[in-house]
Amino acid sequence: MGSITLRQVNKKFGEVAVIPSIDLEVEEGEFVVFVGPSGCGKSTLLRLIAGLEDVTSGAVLIDGKDATRLPPAKRKLSMVFQSYALYPHMSVRANIAFPLKMAGMPKAEIDAKVADAAETLNLTDYLDRKPRQLSGGQRQRVAIGRAIVRQPSAFLFDEPLSNLDASLRVQMRLEIAELHQQLGATMIYVTHDQVEAMTMADKIVVLNKGRVEQVGSPLELYRAPANLFVAGFIGSPRMNFIRGQAAAAYGAATIGVRPEHIQISTEGGIWQGTVGVTEHLGSDTFLHIHTEDLGTLTVRAGGYVDFGPGDTISLTPDPGRIHRFDSDGRAIR
Amino acid sequence: MARRVTRTRKWAVTIVAWVIGILIFFPILWTILTSFKTEGEAVAMPPSLLFFDWTLENYREVQQRSNYFMHFLNSVTISLGSTAIGLVIAIPAAWAMAFQPTKRTKDLLMWMLSTKMMPAVGVLVPIYLIFRDTGLLDSRLGLTIILTLIDLPIIIWMLYTYFKEIPGEILEAARMDGATLVAEIVHVLTPMAIPGIASTLLLNVILAWNEAFWTLNLTAAQAAPLTAFIASYSSPEGLFYAKLSAASTMAIAPILILGWFSQKQLVRGLTFGAVK
Repeated sequence: MGSITLRQVNKKFGEVAVIPSIDLEVEEGEFVVFVGPSGCGKSTLLRLIAGLEDVTSGAVLIDGKDATRLPPAKRKLSMVFQSYALYPHMSVRANIAFPLKMAGMPKAEIDAKVADAAETLNLTDYLDRKPRQLSGGQRQRVAIGRAIVRQPSAFLFDEPLSNLDASLRVQMRLEIAELHQQLGATMIYVTHDQVEAMTMADKIVVLNKGRVEQVGSPLELYRAPANLFVAGFIGSPRMNFIRGQAAAAYGAATIGVRPEHIQISTEGGIWQGTVGVTEHLGSDTFLHIHTEDLGTLTVRAGGYVDFGPGDTISLTPDPGRIHRFDSDGRAIR
Repeated sequence: MARRVTRTRKWAVTIVAWVIGILIFFPILWTILTSFKTEGEAVAMPPSLLFFDWTLENYREVQQRSNYFMHFLNSVTISLGSTAIGLVIAIPAAWAMAFQPTKRTKDLLMWMLSTKMMPAVGVLVPIYLIFRDTGLLDSRLGLTIILTLIDLPIIIWMLYTYFKEIPGEILEAARMDGATLVAEIVHVLTPMAIPGIASTLLLNVILAWNEAFWTLNLTAAQAAPLTAFIASYSSPEGLFYAKLSAASTMAIAPILILGWFSQKQLVRGLTFGAVK
């Protein structure tokens, strides 16, 4: 239970095609992340799967059955919203129980399931509180509790962590990943944060302007991006792109080198430059190096570096990790 | 920089507010005072404010001459009835406009409001004829229908602005949780909009209670509410200010008391959305 298939799904708002045409397979039990810049159509795609938006053409299959025309209530999917979307007038208990109540489940059974979910999510002590009396992380847990109680075919998450502060985000990220391991359920997760995508996903779908740029495991996308967009989007700091003569030397219109794949030395490298801003993260140092022909390159070095602003520096890219792209931006394998 | 509030300024504002408040309240106060005067004192020049012979004679006479309780019951039936029916129609309508808007929703809302811009007397003859032919003249049912219709645009507009404040994601969450359309409105939307619905209800009861044009024109004796009861004291054979005031006081007392107890709710309803 829990496979989702999109067949030539197209969505237009008026004359604007937000999603021109998408084919996608989400396997049972998979954790799939839709990632892309804002406005790329990832939330719309999730809402099409949820049934909160109607597809203009194409089909949405859930567990092999055509669900294109089913209302959201009939799709057996649970959704966690960015704003949590808790019912403010109901207690935590009533919030979590709501889907079960709607399913017409007997009260004793509802109580048992709510207690279970609350236990899983450490919410037992808060069951009688109203959502406004909870912190952001607790609210998000209630939203997740409401999603897990009725054992849906799949979970949909729409940027669930973007309202939380940084440390809580890391913690909740882990909790959602653990929940996925524990339940083994299909999860589709939308985010604009590529770190969330990389750390949580079994499979990442990179979207840009309503099109799928690449589908693959996090490491596939990192190691073998299919085009310039994916190469630039996945990985932090961003991949360096070099055009012109230096790229032509490798038989490409553009070459890409990740900051962590450039060696620095005082002399003898392939490229030379001057150190500009240096960002110290403790474990790493990001050096922004101005070169004459290649523009500014970012290099990731260790926590202790002997270079400072204004120093001249030599750079050597790892030859096995140079990504080559043709004039259309597609990777040359 | 924050504006400096000096002591003089504060005093000036307080006095102006009080003066305006008293000016607005004065007609009601004057009516109530006059209702305790004799007919002679009521028209005396110069008028006496508090130092006159207080009498309950007017109330006694009004009670004898007309059946206050019947008019009161008519007012209650008509105002509560029209408000209840109005809400039943307006809640789904406002839901549709707030959460499932189409390209024409704004136009539709404006069009509904535009019906309030037409003078009521413009449609008096057709409505009168329809009422006559359908036997609705001088019936509570007829008045309830007409008051529902004339206040419906206001009810829908008020509820619409309230519903607009409710995040759509919460309703979508209910849909994902398996709620049907009815369940969504009953279990999620309505409870969240209770303050808004309550102030809409109160305001509409007050509007319907005080409505005089249709109630005077479409009733005679049977269905006449308190507005008609007041009007019956401005008789052609001369004005009896004291009795008219006693009748008015009796007519507005219930709604004044209701308004007093629900003023917090009313103010919230009327200023909702003004400050965000």
